Amino acid sequence: MKIIVCIKQVPNTNVIKINPETGTLIRDGVPSIMNPDDKGGLEMALRLKDQLGAHVTVITMGPPQADAICREAYAMGADRAIILSDRRFAGADTLATSYALAGALKTLDYDLIICGRQAIDGDTAQVPVSLAQHLDLPQVTYVTDLSVNGKLCTVTKETEEGHQILEVEAPCVLTVLATANQPRYMSVKGIMEAFDREVEVWNADQIDVDQSRLGLSGSPTRVKKSFTKPQKTPGQLYEVDAEEAVELIVSKLKEKFII
Amino acid sequence: MDFSLNKREELFLQMIREFAENEVKPLAAEVDEQERFPMETVEKMAKIGIMGIPIPVEYGGQGGTNQMYIMAVEELSRVCATTGVIVSAHTSLCMNPILEFGTEEQKQKYLPKLASGEWIGAFGLTEPNAGTDAAMQQTTAVLDGEEWVLNGSKIFITNAGYAHVYVIMAMTDKSKGTKGISAFIVEKDTPGFSIGKKEKKLGIRGSATCELIFENCRIPKANLLGELGKGFKIAMMTLDGGRIGIASQALGIAQGAMDVTVKYTKERKQFGKAIAAFQNTQFQMANLETRVQAARLLVRQAAYKKDMHLPYSVDAAMAKLFAAETAMEVTTKCLQFHGGYGYTREYEIERMMRDAKITEIYEGTSEVQRMVIAGKLFK
Ligand SMILES: Cc1cc2nc3c(=O)[nH]c(=O)nc-3n(C[C@H](O)[C@H](O)[C@H](O)COP(=O)(O)OP(=O)(O)OC[C@H]3O[C@@H](n4cnc5c(N)ncnc54)[C@H](O)[C@@H]3O)c2cc1C
Ligand SMILES: Cc1cc2nc3c(=O)[nH]c(=O)nc-3n(C[C@H](O)[C@H](O)[C@H](O)COP(=O)(O)OP(=O)(O)OC[C@H]3O[C@@H](n4cnc5c(N)ncnc54)[C@H](O)[C@@H]3O)c2cc1C
Repeated sequence: MKIIVCIKQVPNTNVIKINPETGTLIRDGVPSIMNPDDKGGLEMALRLKDQLGAHVTVITMGPPQADAICREAYAMGADRAIILSDRRFAGADTLATSYALAGALKTLDYDLIICGRQAIDGDTAQVPVSLAQHLDLPQVTYVTDLSVNGKLCTVTKETEEGHQILEVEAPCVLTVLATANQPRYMSVKGIMEAFDREVEVWNADQIDVDQSRLGLSGSPTRVKKSFTKPQKTPGQLYEVDAEEAVELIVSKLKEKFII
Repeated sequence: MDFSLNKREELFLQMIREFAENEVKPLAAEVDEQERFPMETVEKMAKIGIMGIPIPVEYGGQGGTNQMYIMAVEELSRVCATTGVIVSAHTSLCMNPILEFGTEEQKQKYLPKLASGEWIGAFGLTEPNAGTDAAMQQTTAVLDGEEWVLNGSKIFITNAGYAHVYVIMAMTDKSKGTKGISAFIVEKDTPGFSIGKKEKKLGIRGSATCELIFENCRIPKANLLGELGKGFKIAMMTLDGGRIGIASQALGIAQGAMDVTVKYTKERKQFGKAIAAFQNTQFQMANLETRVQAARLLVRQAAYKKDMHLPYSVDAAMAKLFAAETAMEVTTKCLQFHGGYGYTREYEIERMMRDAKITEIYEGTSEVQRMVIAGKLFK
């Protein structure tokens, strides 16, 4: 079984600061990370590798610095990593991005394509669904669980009310939530080996596309206005009974000298 | 020398930080309070390779550098000094002498299981009457046919009870003084070998520190580690490496104290402003931050020399001396910034200050480090 996981390098918005005067993000010195939903997707793929011996390829479109998340994917256990990197991809919106990714995927063998639900920098959730359209594949979004039996994938899809259990035939596109699982840590051995392996860098000539539909020229989206969403620091989850919860909340409020 | 991290080290740091933050930190207070050895953490560390970082791949290790190993000890100790010393004693004091002085058979037999974390390692040099004066070994080893027979006791042994493999120093020829000391490998459950009293300690309370007792403990002749009579030298060389580990532990404790104190002083308000806004706070914290970074450079330098197979004994002594005293100063002053709250167990700084003290004592007290440094200086 061959799985392709689409991953994206994003600024870690948890540590990003906002310039109070201009209201814009200060991206300087902000570390880049693998998009959390994508990491959940990669973990889902790696679990299938553990169970069924699947072959896992990660692919990302981005600048050469995206090498870092490919090495991370190697250190977690991925088998192959590809970066689509070319000036001709620059300025791509979600349509041009999904078109370029689809062009690359057409040249590869796969049974399953796994994407993250959405990237924490753009938050559109459009690339995976467009990708499925370009490739004319069935898709299930918001997946939190997956089991595979031959060509039949049984997936749990989170909905606003609860969840659905759906069956879908491979090849298909799934978009996964970060909360689906607890991604494994990179192993020390994986880190040692990650830099001895090749991360393939592909340009626009190596994929199956009409080049006029790439990059800025292939991007009909026009940004009218942008604003920063209110910042939330990650919360902490405690699973305790009501009595303990009260004590905990009081002690936390005291700790911060609020009460 | 360039101490900036390469890409591999950056990725490694990312991993070890995530691991320390998510898996180690949440247990630190509990492990301290209950004086409980965090076995579940050791198992998790084993799974991802943290128990065998600088051991070559052919012996089941990860083939990493000492630089990576000490980064791991620092990051673990930053959130839990107990976890830091478990890894440090296991790696520097047990696996390292087996790797450097063991026969091929010994390396094949012990290192893969130790490096994978299936087994934990320990090191026994100190005795009730042989502390700083480690040459005063009273434990004896006598050859009887195909076996060595050990008698005596060791005190204050880290990882005791949880370890499977113990590197033990014993006197094989009293008439030869330090040249009559030899090193041995003793496995747990060997008849005649038992674990004695467990110490109740000021700090690193989750780490096991116990007495080892040898009563006609018979081990195979093949378990002599290194040459006969070279045990003292092996112990001293082992401690040179161990000191880099303890220096990193001290550095991690100091960094952890800085982390919590920056956060605390920004939140705590007195006289209508955050205590971080007082110039006294800022100037003192600036001094401490500078010391911590200086300690880090000394530690990295010592590890760099070890990786390059350059002499590093004095560098390790300086790194440990400076980092340990930095940890003590930083934690004491950081607790002061916490006021009365820092004196309670509600705040991590209380534990950190208790944990810091041991780094001035074990693997050679600060006085011993000064002896090593002065010894070179006045040679
Ligand atoms: C928690 C813990 C874990 C330990 N883990 C291990 C372990 O895993 N394996 C192991 O073998 N040992 C271990 N030790 C032992 C440790 O290394 C010794 O405690 C240390 O070497 C000091 O020896 P001592 O306690 O006998 O003190 P002493 O030697 O009695 O020293 C007391 C004081 O006298 C000073 N002093 C002694 N001689 C001189 C001198 N010539 N000049 C100036 N000052 C001097 C010392 O610096 C010290 O301040 C551990 C100890 C502790 C507390
Ligand atoms: C075990 C214990 C017993 C106690 N017993 C009693 C008791 O019986 N009765 C009682 O009333 N209280 C008692 N206390 C409280 C004790 O007196 C206070 O903790 C102490 O006055 C410090 O106040 P704080 O803890 O609020 O620290 P803070 O006032 O928050 O001070 C913390 C740090 O902020 C800095 N800081 C604060 N203000 C300034 C400034 N103006 N300029 C520069 N730096 C500043 C200092 O670095 C200080 O170390 C006790 C506390 C403890 C821990």
